[in-house]
Amino acid sequence: MSAAHLSLEESAGFDRSIIDYVQRAAATGLYEIRGLGAKRKVPHFDDLVFLGASLSRYPLEGYREKCSTRTVLGGRYASKPLELEIPITIAGMSFGALSANVKEALGRAASELGTSTTTGDGGMTSEERGSSKTLVYQCLPSRYGFDPDDVRRADAIEIVIGQGAKPGGGGMLLGQKVNPRVARMRTLPEGVDQRSACRHPDWTGPDDLAIKIRELREITDWEKPIYVKVGATRVFNDVKLAVHAGADVVVVDGMQGGTAATQTVFIEHVGIPTLAALRQAVDALDDLNMRGQVQLIISGGIRTGADVAKALAMGADAVSIGQGVLMALGCNSDSYVHNGQHVSAVADYNALGTAPGFCHHCHTGRCPVGVTTQDPVLEQRLQPAIGARRVRNYLKTMNMELTTIARACGKQDVHHLEREDLVALSVEAAAMARVPLAGTQWIPGM
Amino acid sequence: MAHLNQAPALEESVREFDLASTTVRELNRYLHKDLPAADAPRVVVTHPDGAHSIACGLDAPVDVEVHGHVGYYVAGMNKHARVTVHGNAGPGAAENMMSGFVRIRGYASTSAGASARGGCLVIEGDASLRCGISLKGADIVVGGSVGSFSAFMAQAGRMVICGDAGDALGDSLYEAVIYVRGEVKSLGADARFEPMSAEDRKVVAELLGIAGFKHDPAEFRRIASARQLYHWNADANQEY
Ligand code: SF4
Repeated sequence: MSAAHLSLEESAGFDRSIIDYVQRAAATGLYEIRGLGAKRKVPHFDDLVFLGASLSRYPLEGYREKCSTRTVLGGRYASKPLELEIPITIAGMSFGALSANVKEALGRAASELGTSTTTGDGGMTSEERGSSKTLVYQCLPSRYGFDPDDVRRADAIEIVIGQGAKPGGGGMLLGQKVNPRVARMRTLPEGVDQRSACRHPDWTGPDDLAIKIRELREITDWEKPIYVKVGATRVFNDVKLAVHAGADVVVVDGMQGGTAATQTVFIEHVGIPTLAALRQAVDALDDLNMRGQVQLIISGGIRTGADVAKALAMGADAVSIGQGVLMALGCNSDSYVHNGQHVSAVADYNALGTAPGFCHHCHTGRCPVGVTTQDPVLEQRLQPAIGARRVRNYLKTMNMELTTIARACGKQDVHHLEREDLVALSVEAAAMARVPLAGTQWIPGM
Repeated sequence: MAHLNQAPALEESVREFDLASTTVRELNRYLHKDLPAADAPRVVVTHPDGAHSIACGLDAPVDVEVHGHVGYYVAGMNKHARVTVHGNAGPGAAENMMSGFVRIRGYASTSAGASARGGCLVIEGDASLRCGISLKGADIVVGGSVGSFSAFMAQAGRMVICGDAGDALGDSLYEAVIYVRGEVKSLGADARFEPMSAEDRKVVAELLGIAGFKHDPAEFRRIASARQLYHWNADANQEY
């Protein structure tokens, strides 16, 4: 062995990311806060594949035969359920976390494709109401900017109990994003490091939730669907409680779901994967004999048309997407568009201590591509018309992929995809989704 | 309370809803959609018997009198209306109120005035836990005492407590100000007593006047945020 030999055996337990964590903690005495979702690898929809039609099943002609994607949400008690053209919706993200331009872009794209957008922690902006044909209004523990006029202007109300990135935690918006408009909307001092409540101020527990839902129904004259959104933990019980409380729609957000700012320890270590959560949620609805009456929306790391198809086959009625649409807008891209030209944003990523493809710095308010910022200069990097076109293309692509798979499985309606169409590629995914391991009849634990 | 469920003799222009024989839905539908155009119409509600969501989501300058005890969320998200409950109120009275005036003649349960953004809530008796939690600009005047965690994370607005306060009063306060006349069992994180200024005494006198309570403003103490938790701070020992 030569003297120049470098020993580079990395420890599995104390790998470079753990060493970095320990040294950062030692230097600052403060936990890390960051944006986006869990980065660790967990069993996911990638671990499932479809059994397309062959001799034992009959496919539809891929480019000719109709395959419906129409999706109706919220008809259990609401007199005006939402009728969407596609089962892919845009998840709740706050004005504050996102710029007003982004909110407008999302609204425009969703409206063009006939789907819904959702407000977030911080109230409803005129830009997003104006641009969104169908807008879901979140009722969060913080109640920042919560306004009965907006309740009446909304198309559905979503009571947020928790978020997949941080079940059990409240929202967070660091001072650099609390500009005068955001502060005014949230009734907060400008520049304050805002930490939202994690419990609703006026109710506690599922019995109270039932009464809260009734109040919202009374205020909206029983017209608007009421969603209940939970972060994925004890999903089987939580979904049953939400249904008992009177939800029209239950939204389950898995641990891969994104956030604008949360402690890393929360993002990576609290909650269960979307795949496992989805199966538990469907089981809960089945247990109550409520499939079809109460709709299920799944979110948390849905990225592609294949993910959507798998979610629907597993029993979801629709999906909700946050991080994917941010990436469609340019998140983690190396450039932004200015006057029709691509301009490099690499130096700005570097200034944040990161690079395109690795950024999770939404909490800083210094988004290099103008997506998660309130900075008047940076937010100009994302123009609503360009953003709307990109998100529309992304949603359209996913929807085409979804119908491609549905037709290959012989379905005239994407909602006819079923669990029987799926097998798993790993034992873990087979156990969580409770579908057979590919090439076997084996479902672990059954 | 002798006056429970007994509405005074009504003028012809006053509409009465007897909840022993009609539903809260009918009442609220009327209040939302069918109010006469007349100035300040009046509605009297009898036999509420603890029903929830009475007169919630109002958006007009109507005068609503409820004779009896009410359940959760009376006058929830109120705008413009004047609602009086001649009885006790369940949780969340006048929650998220935007404007108008709500008076509870008896006691109020938990979370009275939660997240209220405007208007005025008067509770003549005591209020339970979390009174004025997440307050966002409304005024709350409590004739009696308040329970623990009152004014938790209160962001803006004013709260006058004529009696005592429980534990953790004003925990994580932002810019709301609390005036308390009696004992405070404990203050919450970042809340502190501050000297009363002439302006504070004027505010207390004004709010006591609106509520109809006769106390000397000089007997009140002011509590506001020390603003030590407004920013992340590595040396703050994570008290938040
Ligand atoms: S590019 Fe912008 S939106 Fe994407 S992770 Fe970085 S800061 Fe967040």
